[in-house]
This record gives sequence, C-alpha cells and structure tokens, in this order.
Amino acid sequence: MAAEQKKKSDYLVEVKDLKEYFPVKTGLLKTIPLKAVDGVSFNIRPGETLGLVGESGCGKTTVGRTLLRLYEPTGGEFRFDGELVTDRNIFRLRKKMQMVFQDPYSSLDPRMTVEDIIGEPLDVHHLYTTKKDRHDKVMHLMELVGLNAEHATRYAHEFSGGQRQRIGIARALAVNPSFIVCDEPVSALDVSIQAQVINMFEDLQDKLGVAYLFIAHDLLVVHHISDRIAVMYLGRIVEVADADELNSHPLHPYTLSLLSAIPIPDPETARHSHRIILEGDVPSPLHMPTGCPFRTRCRYATEHCAAECPPLTERGNGHMVACWEK
Amino acid sequence: MAKNLDIPAPEKSKLSLQLDPKVFEKATDEEKRQQDVMAKSTTFFRDGMKKLFRNPLAVISMFILVIVICVMIFAPMIVPYGYSDIISVNGHRDKTAANLAPFQYSQAEQEYMKENDVSLFPHIMGTDELCRDYFIRVVYGTRVSFLVGVFAALMVLVIGSIYGSISGYAGGRVDLVMMRIVDIIYSLPDLLIIILLSVVFKETMDFSKVPLIGKLGTNMVAMFIVFGLLYWVGMARLVRGEILTIKENEYVLAAKSMGASSGSIIRKHILPNCLSVIIITTAQEIPAAIFTESYLSFLGLGVALPMPSLGSLANTARSGMQSYPWKLIFPAAMIVLIVLAFNLIGDALRDAFDPKLRK
Repeated sequence: MAAEQKKKSDYLVEVKDLKEYFPVKTGLLKTIPLKAVDGVSFNIRPGETLGLVGESGCGKTTVGRTLLRLYEPTGGEFRFDGELVTDRNIFRLRKKMQMVFQDPYSSLDPRMTVEDIIGEPLDVHHLYTTKKDRHDKVMHLMELVGLNAEHATRYAHEFSGGQRQRIGIARALAVNPSFIVCDEPVSALDVSIQAQVINMFEDLQDKLGVAYLFIAHDLLVVHHISDRIAVMYLGRIVEVADADELNSHPLHPYTLSLLSAIPIPDPETARHSHRIILEGDVPSPLHMPTGCPFRTRCRYATEHCAAECPPLTERGNGHMVACWEK
Repeated sequence: MAKNLDIPAPEKSKLSLQLDPKVFEKATDEEKRQQDVMAKSTTFFRDGMKKLFRNPLAVISMFILVIVICVMIFAPMIVPYGYSDIISVNGHRDKTAANLAPFQYSQAEQEYMKENDVSLFPHIMGTDELCRDYFIRVVYGTRVSFLVGVFAALMVLVIGSIYGSISGYAGGRVDLVMMRIVDIIYSLPDLLIIILLSVVFKETMDFSKVPLIGKLGTNMVAMFIVFGLLYWVGMARLVRGEILTIKENEYVLAAKSMGASSGSIIRKHILPNCLSVIIITTAQEIPAAIFTESYLSFLGLGVALPMPSLGSLANTARSGMQSYPWKLIFPAAMIVLIVLAFNLIGDALRDAFDPKLRK
C-alpha cells in the first residue's frame, strides 16, 4: 500500500468510474436513485485545463462538487497527486484543491468584508502567524486578481459581478492550490466581462501552474481556455479530445449537435451552415433509457445502442468517444 | 482609445452608428477624479439602523422606553416610600392614609405639615387600601414586569436560536425529529403547566431563602421554567426556516469546500446572516412575555405578595374599580405603554432590516 502511494503518476487528478446517486423519494418508503453522475473517468495533468461541457442537468456541477467531497461519492475513486482521496485526508488535501463558484452574488457572504472573505481559507488552515502576515497575504492575492487595495474593507454587495468573481478567485487561490474546480465561473457574467475573467484564469495558470477543471455550458468559452475538452451527457462522458481536435473533428453525434448550435457571428457563413436540431427532450435521469443514454435523441441509433451502453474507446490521438456507430 | 483619435473617421454608411471621435473631448483630470469618488462603505447593519432612526414611531417608542427605564431605576432612590411600607408620620403608622387620590395628603400628614411647616413628598398616584404609596408600587411592578419580559425573551433567544440553528443546519432526519418535538411542545397548554408547576413547587421546594427569586415567589419560578420549556418554539421555527434558506447559498458551500467545520460555518456565516430575524423576534418576544406575566398575575398566578407586578396591581384594583378608578388605570396604562412601545420598535426593526420589505 505504501509503495503504491509513493508511485507518482503523470496525472495530478485521476478520476476513475466516479458515481454520484441521489436518493429520490417516490413513495412513502420507496426511494430510487437519481444517477446524477454515472461512471465518469478522466485525468488532468499538472497545469492543464480540462473543459467539461454539457447541457443543464447533465451532472457537470455534481462532478466538481463530488471531487471536493461536498457530496459523498456513491462509487468510484479519485486520486489526487497519486493519493487516494478519502474522508480522512480531505481536510489536508483541501489546501491543494479549491473551487470557484458559479454565482458571484451568492458565493460571497454579504456580512463579510473582502479581506475576511479572501482570508477565510487562511483562517481555516492556520496559514499565517500574525495579523499583519494575514493582511499582507490578502493584499498580495487581491493584487494577483487585479483588485485595488482600498477594496479590502468593502462588502461584497458593493462590487460588480466581474469584481465579485475576482474576489471568489482570490479566495480559491489563498491556500495556494495546485488544482481548482471552476464551476461555470463566467456563465453569470456579461460577455465583455467573461473575456476579462477568462484571460485572468489563463494568466494565473501561467503564473502559478494550477490545473483547472473548467465546467461550462458554452463550448466557445471552453474551447478558448481548455487544453482538452470532455463532453458530458446525462451523467456520462461521451467524448474527450484535445480542444482543437474536438472542434474540428467531433465524432459523437451529441458533440456535433452542440457544435452546430454555436452562434456564428458572420451572417453569410451562418446562412450556409447546417444546424443540427435534436429532437425530443432530455430523458429523466430517474428513468434512464437502456443502453446508450443518448439513443432516444440520436439519428444514428440502432438496436445495438438500445441493448448495450457504449464504452469510452480510444480513436487515436487521445480522442475518446462512447458511441457504437461512429 | 487615445490612439484612435488620430485615425480619420472612415466614411459613414447610412445606417451605421459609427461615432465621430472629433465631436468628443478628453475628460479633464478633475472630471476623472469625480469618477473615482465612491459612496462611503456602509454595512447592512448601519443601513438598517439609519432606517430605524428615520421612523418617527420607533423614535418615539424608544424615547418612551428610555424614560420608563430611567423612572424604574431612579424613582426608588428619590421617593422616600417603600413598596411594602405603610406610610408613617413622625414614626407612627398613618391609618388615615388609605385610598388617597393622586397628589392628596392624609389627615395626619396635613396636620404634621402644618405643625412643622414642611412639605412631605407627594403621593403621585395616591395610596392603596393598605396605606402604601401607589406610585412606588407601580414603579416596582414595572420593574418586575420588565425584568420578567427581558429575561424571558433572552431565554427564548438563547434556547430557540441554538435549537433552530442545529435543526436547520443538520437537516434530514435530525431536523425531522427535532421539529416533531417542537410540534409536540407547541400543542402543550402553557397555562395548565404553569399552574401545575407552581402547585408542585409550593409543596416541594422552598425558594424563600434565594435572594431575588424568594421575593418573586414560586409562581415566578414556574413561569420562567415554562418560558424556558415552551416559549422558545416559535423562535426555533423561525431560525430554522431562515437557516434552511441561508445554507443553500454558495458561500456556505464555499466555506465547506475550504474545510471549515460545521460549528464555524454556523458561527461565521449562518448566524450573522439571520441576526436581523433573531433581533426582531426577540424585540417582539419581550412584550409578549410582559403580557403573559401580567395576565398570570391578574389571575393570581404571578408574583408573591407583597411584591407588586403590573398585573397583580390591576387585579387588586379591580374590586374598588368604581370608587378608585385611577388604581386600575395607572398599572393598565403602564402595561399598554410598555407593550405598545416594544411592539412598535419590533415592527420598525422588521421594516428596517427585512430586505423583502425594503422600498
């Protein structure tokens, strides 16, 4: 066991067959599991960004939260820097992994000053010796994310969405983590602010070498920041590839439809492009279709798809797809 | 942007919104500085206090309460009569001083004043049927009622908010069990329990040696116990409901993802955010407790004689209502004044701090 722990792998984050089921009451005593995440596996190298895309309710956020043990995982394993993450070592590991939240309005405590918000992780992990030390560290973090020193005594409600998200990022960086889960950090922001915040994420990665799991539903944003992209559908990863590879040669029919839904800024090109519109609704995760979860909306679905769920298989160049037909 | 100024504006198309940079001028330094000026940083609490002091009803109520509290504290030092002492003139008990009207002197007092050419302290509210100064009795009655109200509210505050925050924060099965207990307590008849407890205490325990409680009597002990046992449930429910919504906020999740313990999350994030609800409910709990004490005393379940309370004063005044109406009016008016002032302050607090009622 000890030997196994010492063996360091290339990957900082290794997730294998992660499962998260929520019990849902359907009757007086009957509960059935809601399979929010059903067997997700991925790896992230140090300093790399993995984008995670999918539509609302597909389990992206749950993956991020389960990694940080905000939810107890139902199954699967998660290794961080070669070390198996359990309830026992999670407190120590939280110094190395942090999270940036989606809603910059509800993720900051309205009763705390910016200095206290950013200093909170320092308090929790006792990362300073004197009050001055804490102040200096907070000031450094604020400078890192482009906030003025005079903002320190202000309250969160006095800031714009973009500034609030910067505060949230500074808070995540306070413990000097090597991995940050970014849970749709830009979806609540204006497009112009989105660009600023995304560029800041990239700058911080260059400076500090952190790895990101970047969760978003906007493929353009994810393509811009990610080295690799994983596409999720109904609690499963259906395709993983390098960002450019996924953009130019998408294989899974779901990825194809997602890519075709990206608005094209040039009307001339847009007129000639073909938009794939999916039919039907997303099936309820309480009553998943047999076999491939996407088959109910897939044009290429066959009997094989209904009978058996396709595994994620390698198609060369690190491009992995879960589909029988492609 | 400054770079663009040198480039000649391209030819305008008809439907374009293109702006001509020539019609703009650069902002002066002073104008730029004006942009930097921001409003002074205010907290939610300070903002609420400002609103509170702008509410005339609240200010008047606070003023009245301050006066009542001052009278309560200082009147016994100034007035030369005791709440249980029969008025005495020149060392002799004054048997003629029963049931005097406000500012009236008894025969013995009038003679004494004439003989010695001095003036005695007036009986501001007259005297009662046992020749005791009524004003000082009302003041002591107010003291008792006030203390009961404040202590009961504090007890409700402590027990209710701790119970409610644990129940709300833990959620799930713990919450279910804790809230069913609250439901059961809600259905218990408080009056019956006070009567039962005071009967039991009278038979089994002797509080007469205990300093403060000895004077207040066993009924008061029973009443405090009932406040501690039963009256916190409303507060617990409110705090629980508030916490259920607060804990869904992402900042609580963020604190969890940092590794903060449940205790520190409750202390640092959850309680400060439901503080306004707690303050408001406590302010509204005080008059409720004063009222309960008054009606229990009125029913004869209140403080032990000779200690007065506003309710017991009103009760004894009932028998002579037609001849001496002021003896009922003074304590009743005092109850109304205090309860109304607290209620108005409670309402004003809610208006000032409840974000949903903000205009």
